[in-house]
Amino acid sequence: MSADDVSRAIRRMAHEILERNHGADDVVIIGMQTGGVDLAQRLAADISTIEEAEAGSVPVGTLDATMHRDDFGLRPVMPEALTEIPVDPTGKVIVLADDVLYTGRTVRAALDAIHSYGRPRAIQLAVMVDRGHRELPIRPDYVGKNLPTRKDEIVDVNDEGVDLGDLLGEGDIT
Amino acid sequence: MIGGERHLLSMADLDRDDIEQLMSLTASFAEVGERSIPKVPALRGKTIAWLFYEDSTRTRLSFETAAKRLSADTMNFSVSSSSVNKGESLRDTVETITAMGVDGIVVRHRAAGAPSRVAEWVDASVINAGDGWHQHPTQSLLDLYTAREHLGDLDGKHVAIVGDIKHSRVARSNALAFATMGAQVTLVAPKTLLPTHFEGWPVNVTHNLDEVIDDLDICYLLRMQLERQADAVVPSLREFHTEFGLDVRRADRLGDALIMHPGPMNRGVEIAGEVADRPNAVITEQVANGVSVRMAVLFLLLGSGLDLVDGRRAAA
Repeated sequence: MSADDVSRAIRRMAHEILERNHGADDVVIIGMQTGGVDLAQRLAADISTIEEAEAGSVPVGTLDATMHRDDFGLRPVMPEALTEIPVDPTGKVIVLADDVLYTGRTVRAALDAIHSYGRPRAIQLAVMVDRGHRELPIRPDYVGKNLPTRKDEIVDVNDEGVDLGDLLGEGDIT
Repeated sequence: MIGGERHLLSMADLDRDDIEQLMSLTASFAEVGERSIPKVPALRGKTIAWLFYEDSTRTRLSFETAAKRLSADTMNFSVSSSSVNKGESLRDTVETITAMGVDGIVVRHRAAGAPSRVAEWVDASVINAGDGWHQHPTQSLLDLYTAREHLGDLDGKHVAIVGDIKHSRVARSNALAFATMGAQVTLVAPKTLLPTHFEGWPVNVTHNLDEVIDDLDICYLLRMQLERQADAVVPSLREFHTEFGLDVRRADRLGDALIMHPGPMNRGVEIAGEVADRPNAVITEQVANGVSVRMAVLFLLLGSGLDLVDGRRAAA
């Protein structure tokens, strides 16, 4: 996927979010630290544009779910970045955004973490790449691209110093 | 500690990078404290024992809160109601506790070095919560965190530690801690309240608070240990207050400099009552940050799995 393809996929996901939720009311987008933060910001910006609302009308937050992971004691675990939830999630529709969906364990941790801030009306999941190999009953609501992979492959969503998360190359799969 | 140790015994064990890492970890845990449910499952299934041979309210409560926010289980060993009164030795007590299965032991003891001894005997991580006149590392870390929140980088900042230096583990810990972070540390006290020698202390010493007060970024006041009045270390508390207390006049000269105190305060002795309530007195912030810092320490030693990296404690 070229940078343009990524932009178009994000624009499509923004439309899908609006369609599914009948507009942007009560929608809060939370980017998973660190890979999902840019997707969250771009989704929010696109939604604002589509709705012809002023920029920043869709609240965007960040979430580090490290402390809720299930692999303590199996590998080193260290928080990566700060969590910032800009509004009380109670009664809102939270759209969790992440770059790559793989085993689903990070999402599981994030679901746990969000509930320590409040009780959302719904939580939906948007991912740039779904690479398969789920280990938990978790599925995305909005997908940029389904990318079948082998488990020993690495999906690299890199930024090349352009706008973060702009380039998503299938050529980057090793 | 971060580099290899699994205990936190003295500020001397931490270099600047270790402290930086702990500070950024502390920021993550401060955020947890602001949630409507301030609890994470990071230490679920871990057991921490409190081994307090000396009175402590705030440190023990702070550790207890930190452990609960991390979902750890805790065992409280209080000396007054235990078999220590029946003559049990420290080593036997520690072995009894570890036999029940603990992952961490938080030790406060009147004897300097006691936590280090405990660390030699057990597989669990040992955290020094104050040993004699020696060290109180988590106090130093919370003081650094609080100071950095207000001042940013502490490089070149001037810190005065004022009062009863001689009997203070906080003074020893903090002199090292602030110096490690690049601050200039001055100890201010009458001769009777200073240790007899300072070899290896990265500090200046003065007996005159007024000499340095205009030049400070942080004025760190120590608790005057009233119970030591019997030793006649100062002629009178009133004279101590006049010479070394932070009264209104001196506090005015401090400007925006931070006023810090490890608590509990003796208002009217080391600090004037009105001064303790000024906006640049961050004493209650220190207490709040204490919980976050202790969460960071407990998590790093017990939950982060750093030991997995270098293969230590693999069997634990």
